[in-house]
Amino acid sequence: MSTVISTKSSADNTALRDQLAVRSWKVPIVFAALAVFAVVVFAVFGPEGHATFRLSQEQDAWQLPDLVLPAKASGIVAALACVVLALMSYLQTKAVGRTARWVSSSFTVVFVAGFLIWIIGGTKTQNITLVGLFTGAMLIVTPLVFGSLSGVLCERSGVVNIAIEGQLLAGAFTAALVGSITGNAFAGLFAAAVAGLLVGFLLAAFSIKYLVNQIIVGVVLNVLVAGLTGFLFEKIMKIKVAGATIYNQPPHLPDLPIPVLSEIPIIGPTFFRQSVLGYLMLVLVAGIWFALFRTRWGLRIRAVGEHPQAADTMGINVNRTRFLNVLAGGAVAGVGGAYFTLVAVSSFSKDMTGGLGFIALAALIFGRWNPIGAFLAALLFGVAGNLKSILQLAVTPVDGQFLAMLPYALTILAVAGLVGKSRAPAASGIPYVKG
Amino acid sequence: MEWRERRRCGASCLCPLPVSGINFRLVETLKLELKGITKSFGSLVANDHIDLVVEPGEIHSLLGENGAGKSTLMNVLYGLYEPTSGEILVDGKPVRFAGPGDAMAAGIGMVHQHFMLVPVFTVAENVALGRESTGFAGILDLEQTRTKIREISAEYGFNVDPDAVVEDLPVGVQQRVEIIKALVRDAHVLILDEPTAVLTPQETDELMNIMRQLKAGGTSIVFISHKLREVKAISDRITVIRRGKVVGSAEPSASTTDLASMMVGRSVSLSLDKAPAQPGAEIFRVRNLTVMSDVGTRLLDDVSFSVATGEILAVAGVQGNGQTELTEAVLGLHKHVRGSVTLDGHELVGRSVRQVLDAGVGFVPEDRTADGLVGSFSIAENLVLDLYGKKEFSRGSMMNRSAIAEHAARKVEEFDVRTPSARAAADTLSGGNQQKVVLARELSRPLKLFIASQPTRGVDVGSIEFLHKRIVAERDKGTPVIIVSTELDEVLELADRIAVLYAGRLMGIVPGKSSRDLLGLMMAGLTAEEATVQLSTIPTSEGEPS
Ligand SMILES: Nc1ncnc2c1ncn2[C@@H]1O[C@H](COP(=O)(O)OP(=O)(O)OP(=O)(O)O)[C@@H](O)[C@H]1O
Ligand SMILES: [Mg+2]
Repeated sequence: MSTVISTKSSADNTALRDQLAVRSWKVPIVFAALAVFAVVVFAVFGPEGHATFRLSQEQDAWQLPDLVLPAKASGIVAALACVVLALMSYLQTKAVGRTARWVSSSFTVVFVAGFLIWIIGGTKTQNITLVGLFTGAMLIVTPLVFGSLSGVLCERSGVVNIAIEGQLLAGAFTAALVGSITGNAFAGLFAAAVAGLLVGFLLAAFSIKYLVNQIIVGVVLNVLVAGLTGFLFEKIMKIKVAGATIYNQPPHLPDLPIPVLSEIPIIGPTFFRQSVLGYLMLVLVAGIWFALFRTRWGLRIRAVGEHPQAADTMGINVNRTRFLNVLAGGAVAGVGGAYFTLVAVSSFSKDMTGGLGFIALAALIFGRWNPIGAFLAALLFGVAGNLKSILQLAVTPVDGQFLAMLPYALTILAVAGLVGKSRAPAASGIPYVKG
Repeated sequence: MEWRERRRCGASCLCPLPVSGINFRLVETLKLELKGITKSFGSLVANDHIDLVVEPGEIHSLLGENGAGKSTLMNVLYGLYEPTSGEILVDGKPVRFAGPGDAMAAGIGMVHQHFMLVPVFTVAENVALGRESTGFAGILDLEQTRTKIREISAEYGFNVDPDAVVEDLPVGVQQRVEIIKALVRDAHVLILDEPTAVLTPQETDELMNIMRQLKAGGTSIVFISHKLREVKAISDRITVIRRGKVVGSAEPSASTTDLASMMVGRSVSLSLDKAPAQPGAEIFRVRNLTVMSDVGTRLLDDVSFSVATGEILAVAGVQGNGQTELTEAVLGLHKHVRGSVTLDGHELVGRSVRQVLDAGVGFVPEDRTADGLVGSFSIAENLVLDLYGKKEFSRGSMMNRSAIAEHAARKVEEFDVRTPSARAAADTLSGGNQQKVVLARELSRPLKLFIASQPTRGVDVGSIEFLHKRIVAERDKGTPVIIVSTELDEVLELADRIAVLYAGRLMGIVPGKSSRDLLGLMMAGLTAEEATVQLSTIPTSEGEPS
């Protein structure tokens, strides 16, 4: 251990100091605590029954047999795996300063699986449709993903978008109203994009042009949109003509199953039996990722979000880039909002987004400001959120209200930076003023 | 436009490299004129009717005190600031720069005092930014940029890897990336704003060679530096600016004292008269101090020394040999520290930074913008940053505004901080003035120990004189002083004793009047005894050109 640094190593030296700064014991500690929980609950006090997971629905072309697991034995396996992975996390942190990504993801998957088996094994019905779990999750996932993509677009260019919630709500309301009036779901969709864009415009104008604190503008916009849509809901949408609320009956966006792909077990029903919006979401995730990391447009946006002065000295118009991105982000979130009223349910109700915009913000951070990361985080939040609605039907060892807390607990962990070094774009939230 | 051959090394070139092959490249040269440039920030006139001509292929140095307006003038020239009045002529034709894009298109490139590189991008991404070559649908094609970088690297011996991430690179290399950025954009005029302030002496020599090569190729260079020795060595012409106005021009052959007094407007004594040290008790002791990195390498290896009251110990060495770790360990900023550091008999290892500062340690960090100042706070607030809890500056738990303002007015006056008002935000100050604020703060409370890293980085000669006097005055008050500096001039000027660090180990402690050769050998890894023996056997040239 007596290696001595050489003179040429001022670079190595700074690299070492960086490592020192990011080394964190949070991950191994949390994993160790969860592993202990797993050993006690899943293994030692594991239920004696079997947990049955149904992998196919009746209408599926290929029927997969049910997955039947002995709850206690599987619990022991999962708990042991958790212990091993927590140990690896400890060793890795000791050696290189952080836990490898694959260890964190494996731990999460194993723990969640163990948790599911434990719950299902302990219920009376002892079976659960995995497909249902995932397809139901998409009801939450889709707007979450649109929301986080809006966040990605804004924050990567250096503007914090707290107004996602407001943009979703504005989108939901406008889609319902315009959809009802025109009788055309696509007109509603388009109007939702415009509504989101308008909220984005206000955010951009106040925070970029007039340098008002971005967080404050965002919060104010959320309150404003909630108030406005609530007011209009009472005044317009409750108007009844011949016993029907004609301004709150938007048409449905039809499901368009993709042949062949939609028949793949689990994945098919989850991703390939959706409306236009579901596919648009997948396209946007891939498209924005590609644009950010592979194109000129993306390079400039990231430069503006990381070091605006540098971008400026290279002849890039910082504030215009930011303005356009915030507008684009607003439109994306607006479209996401349309999902509530054109796909999920077929009418608007007051404050129907229920704080999902803030969870989208958490998914953005959990996903490290990366579209694909945000998508995966949204999936996780979505499944956790949907779990509770499924399990409420069964009698579980855990209270349904406790499960309802799960996505929020995950959110706090995400924001507390459990995901390791999640670094926000350096200039995010800081207005750019030229000398 | 005049066309000239760009050759690697022409006969007139001062570059020491042999003429290797013929490397003809046609390059436009360009004549640049600034006429009556005025730039005001509110009531402050930073540039006042400045006229400046940069001839094709010359190295033109700008000299001036801190806050004289050099960076401002260059920012105007680069299109970052719009001049309040005046015009810029390129090859005799007036031009208007709406932004840096226009300036670049006109053939002007700039390396800023604070680098303009995106830390998380690769070298190639940084170089391409703003001028990317793309394929179908705007898809980035960095291959061309990589090739260009390799070409330029080979031509000037830069040794830069296009795929390295910028934040992992040492400053010297980051600077080359900045130069490559300008060259890729066909800069015919290259502005270098205090490029040597952050470089080691070796890196500075390499930069000078690069500048000579560029000049031989027809590029003109505007060079800003506070180090008169460099300015004299490299310039073809020198223009001196004082308080926003051009006060004259000088030949590189002019003496250092003349240049200094022209800059400051009074005579400056470049050598410090200080009384011999009166060392008292050794109240600051470092015993077997070892600092480890996470992976177990020793960044500082078993270092022991003491500093007495009333003496200045300078720590010399090439950057990255443990100096940073030494100061961090004393301040309590490092995690893996073994050994002991005592001040007046009290152990400092294991204490928090707050406790160390409260024990009476004054500290000037290496990087003033990151660790020394809060840029968005006013100068007055920065001056009481670690004193605001003290009773003279507080009323209960509130800040005592008038006391703070009064204190600020006194310090601004005393340390000659050039600013229109002490209420201005610290980041509107010029580089050297920011450094003065940090020193003013640290030197204004009763100290038991004073540690300063690179105390005069980016400070003009006049202010260096003053700051050095203040540091010696602190010594004469009986405070032990530690100066960490990579600047050998400064070390020799201030030190009563000199400690040399190499690869984290102490090579020895020698008297303050030691020769440069001895220090040079020690900085290369010889112990004091070995170096002395070697010097007595092989006679080396004593005394460098100064
Ligand atoms: N953006 C700004 N806003 C207000 N004042 C400014 C701004 N930039 C510079 N100044 C002021 O203009 C004057 C000239 O500053 P400048 O940075 O040009 O000095 P300089 O000659 O480069 O000094 P140094 O050698 O210390 O870098 C200073 O008094 C500074 O405080
Ligand atoms: Mg300057």
